[in-house]
Amino acid sequence: MEMPRPSPEILARKARLVSRLLDVLPEDAVISDEAETRAYECDGLTAYTCPPLSVVLPSTTKEVSDILSICHAEGVPVVPRGSGTSLAGGALPTADSVVLGVSRMNDVLETNYDDRIIRVQTGRTNLSVTGAIEDDGFFYAPDPSSQLACAIAGNIAMNSGGAHCLKYGVTTNNLLGVTIVLMDGTVVEIGGAHMDSCSYDWLGVICGSEGQLGVVTEATLRILPKPEGARPVLIGYDSAEVAGACVSDIIKAGVLPVAIEYMDRKVIEVVEAHAKAGYPQCEALLIVEVEGSPEEIDEQLGVIKQIARTHNPVEIRDASDADEAARIWLGRKSAFGAMGQINDYMCLDGTVPVSALPYVLKRTGELAEEFGLEVGNVFHAGDGNMHPLILFDANKPGDLETCEALGAEILKLCVEAGGCLTGEHGVGIEKRDLMGVQFTPQDLEAQMKVKDVFDPAWLLNPAKVFPLESSASRRERMKSAA
Amino acid sequence: MLTPSSEDDLAEVIATADGPLCIKGGGTRGLAVEGTPLCTSGMTGITLYEPGALTIVAKAGTPVSEIEATLDAEDQMLAFEPMDHRPMLGTSGEPTIGGVVATNTSGPRRVQAGACRDFLLGTRLVDGTGAIVKNGGRVMKNVTGYDLSRLMCGAHGTLGVLSEVSLKVLPKPETEATLIYTDLNPDQAVPLMLTALGTPFDVSGAHFGPFHYREPRKAYLRLEGTEASVQYRIQQLKAALSEFGECHAESDPAKSGEIWRNARDMTALSEMPFVARGSIKPSASPEFLSCVSQTLATTDYLDWGGGLIWMGATDSQLRENAEHFALESKEQSLFSEELFGALSEYMRYEDGHLRLVKAAGSTNQSRFQEESAALTGLAKALRQKYDPRGILNSGLMG
Ligand SMILES: Cc1cc2nc3c(=O)[nH]c(=O)nc-3n(C[C@H](O)[C@H](O)[C@H](O)COP(=O)(O)OP(=O)(O)OC[C@H]3O[C@@H](n4cnc5c(N)ncnc54)[C@H](O)[C@@H]3O)c2cc1C
Repeated sequence: MEMPRPSPEILARKARLVSRLLDVLPEDAVISDEAETRAYECDGLTAYTCPPLSVVLPSTTKEVSDILSICHAEGVPVVPRGSGTSLAGGALPTADSVVLGVSRMNDVLETNYDDRIIRVQTGRTNLSVTGAIEDDGFFYAPDPSSQLACAIAGNIAMNSGGAHCLKYGVTTNNLLGVTIVLMDGTVVEIGGAHMDSCSYDWLGVICGSEGQLGVVTEATLRILPKPEGARPVLIGYDSAEVAGACVSDIIKAGVLPVAIEYMDRKVIEVVEAHAKAGYPQCEALLIVEVEGSPEEIDEQLGVIKQIARTHNPVEIRDASDADEAARIWLGRKSAFGAMGQINDYMCLDGTVPVSALPYVLKRTGELAEEFGLEVGNVFHAGDGNMHPLILFDANKPGDLETCEALGAEILKLCVEAGGCLTGEHGVGIEKRDLMGVQFTPQDLEAQMKVKDVFDPAWLLNPAKVFPLESSASRRERMKSAA
Repeated sequence: MLTPSSEDDLAEVIATADGPLCIKGGGTRGLAVEGTPLCTSGMTGITLYEPGALTIVAKAGTPVSEIEATLDAEDQMLAFEPMDHRPMLGTSGEPTIGGVVATNTSGPRRVQAGACRDFLLGTRLVDGTGAIVKNGGRVMKNVTGYDLSRLMCGAHGTLGVLSEVSLKVLPKPETEATLIYTDLNPDQAVPLMLTALGTPFDVSGAHFGPFHYREPRKAYLRLEGTEASVQYRIQQLKAALSEFGECHAESDPAKSGEIWRNARDMTALSEMPFVARGSIKPSASPEFLSCVSQTLATTDYLDWGGGLIWMGATDSQLRENAEHFALESKEQSLFSEELFGALSEYMRYEDGHLRLVKAAGSTNQSRFQEESAALTGLAKALRQKYDPRGILNSGLMG
């Protein structure tokens, strides 16, 4: 993975920069010791590491603004960071950058059940947002599998999704307002408790911009009353095609499950060995969950099971109580951990039209064989958001490269099938160089214009999202201006 | 009038334009700026519809009616329930899907299902330089690159002219019913609606106001789903809202549907020369209305549980307000301008914002309340990038 060469001038000015940062921050909020900055050398994409020049851990929006003003004046790149769980290398530092971590900013600023909103500092973890309101019968809907660790900051930057977004949408659908600090230190308030934007949909373009437009320090989030109840059903099939057809038929029938999850044979086997959820051994397993009162749940599951039966399932397993429901989810929830126990893996998240799922799964299997690596599939089938897990051995020379080459082929396949490179993890550095597969130079140019407006000097989260050759002229211009 | 018949044609027209363009879909919104009319009605047709994937893709000039009929045949719908502006504005023409997206038009179900922008999966467009740009796509989850589609949604064509849009659709509920509470004022109605929306019973509409301003005020709550589920939730909701008094359940889906069509299109405001719409923190709307009513005469309706305020003024209300402003002039457009300005001031106080929808005799008045200096600056810079010559609906958004 190519990264721009760090600026020797900036590296040489480290001491001055650190002292300026210490002017506006308490001592324990500035990390510049090489041994300590190493803790921030990577995110969830651990194959790539690079310790930053320095790390700052502000506690207030004012401090964030001061930090950015200084870095702007010094021409130093800034890499915003939440909890560092990005799977795309979105928070990977460069050697000449300052990592700005918002993990100390984790307060709940306001809960308002009348208007169904919560306002938090963005360093707060996803799960602890729900944690702050669940006793009162409310929850925050987007639920990435990493929700115990990941921060709202990263969720907004990546427009993260989760298992339940078939019904509730992803982050962008649940975000009502932000406080964002621009690279020059300007603090901007956008949105709030009202539902429509005043003029342009600023929130829409900030959400998913991977930390390249500004540092988001506070967020107003939509919260929802907890449903009366929820219950899953497990359905096993002999083939991926049939399972795919069943998903499509369920959606067409007019019931809207909150989740439709999919696991293939490889994942079922690993999960069985690891978590012993008692899943049937078959080619494709679906977990379909619906919500409502007990009667409403029965009614919806009745329709779903009727559809499932027309496709000759290997098994349909009901959950008669909370315990059985938990067992159905157990395997799915431990899938990533279980796969991680048998080997290193790389998790892709290309999305395809639901109708293309069977074809893409089949082709993925063929590609895996060609490359000589194993792939397991466990994903959100209701919205076509695949998660091929490519198993490889990081200690075996060449294995990572083979894995990346296979990953690139799978993602190209997703785009060819009418889909996209990433459904929820973001581009980061991981898919940066594949952007040309999905977009024309003109498409990318249009996106980069937004960056030009928010961060004219191109200092925020450098070398992510856009292929280096696309952004080269802009980065050059900025360098010569500095 | 320019009517390009394809996206390439549209790119050519924009690249070679030698002056400002006034972009029109069906022209049902009466948003006219100065310039040569550029109409999208030549670019029509549904390019893809996959009911099993809840996805529809259509050229920007496709009539909304065609899309709704196509979805209806598969028992699906545009869940954000786009408003038809014709009854209120007295305009003719066919609303287009491109127009709906360009203005982010959403109806009563917005409070539960989301706005047009929430269902937007992707766009194709031509920017002010004539460049063809694709963003997003047709799949339900997509975070590949920046989300320009949402930026275009609600940009009223000032950053680019949409050529194709791709939307997520939802299954149509089997039936619907409406709970009706009578004789309420906003101080009672808003807590009623917010309490209802805070229950797990999936209220998909919360509207307040008479459909004619001379009638007593009513609050309406909509429930949708299967017959059994709707009946169940009527009972649950009634019990949860017992403190707000008696209510009547309208279980005839045709009659309930009529209520929500009227609420969506705000037909009650059709006779008013002045209409504005405000977006506000729902619980703040009673205070806002009470402040306004102390000095100004308007006729108001609430939707989205109080989060959307429709404000109309009759001829006599306009004149009454003119006296309040001590306006000498007889110009109706001036009355509207003053009123919009004054209402915007109140709105700002509540952190909300107001948009002018209808003002007799006025065309070139700004329809959008001003944002903070920082955002106004960003907006200007953005337009400069996408439309350096300033030819796309120039002046409409500042
Ligand atoms: C086991 C596992 C499971 C996962 N499951 C899911 C899943 O189901 N769904 C899903 O969508 N993702 C998933 N992820 C990916 C990841 O958790 C998400 O992308 C998450 O939102 C990242 O949050 P974070 O706080 O860790 O962000 P970080 O990794 O710290 O940063 C992510 C990006 O956000 C930017 N950023 C951080 N803070 C700010 C800020 N204050 N202002 C502006 N930009 C900022 C960074 O620069 C970076 O580009 C998973 C990851 C792991 C490891």
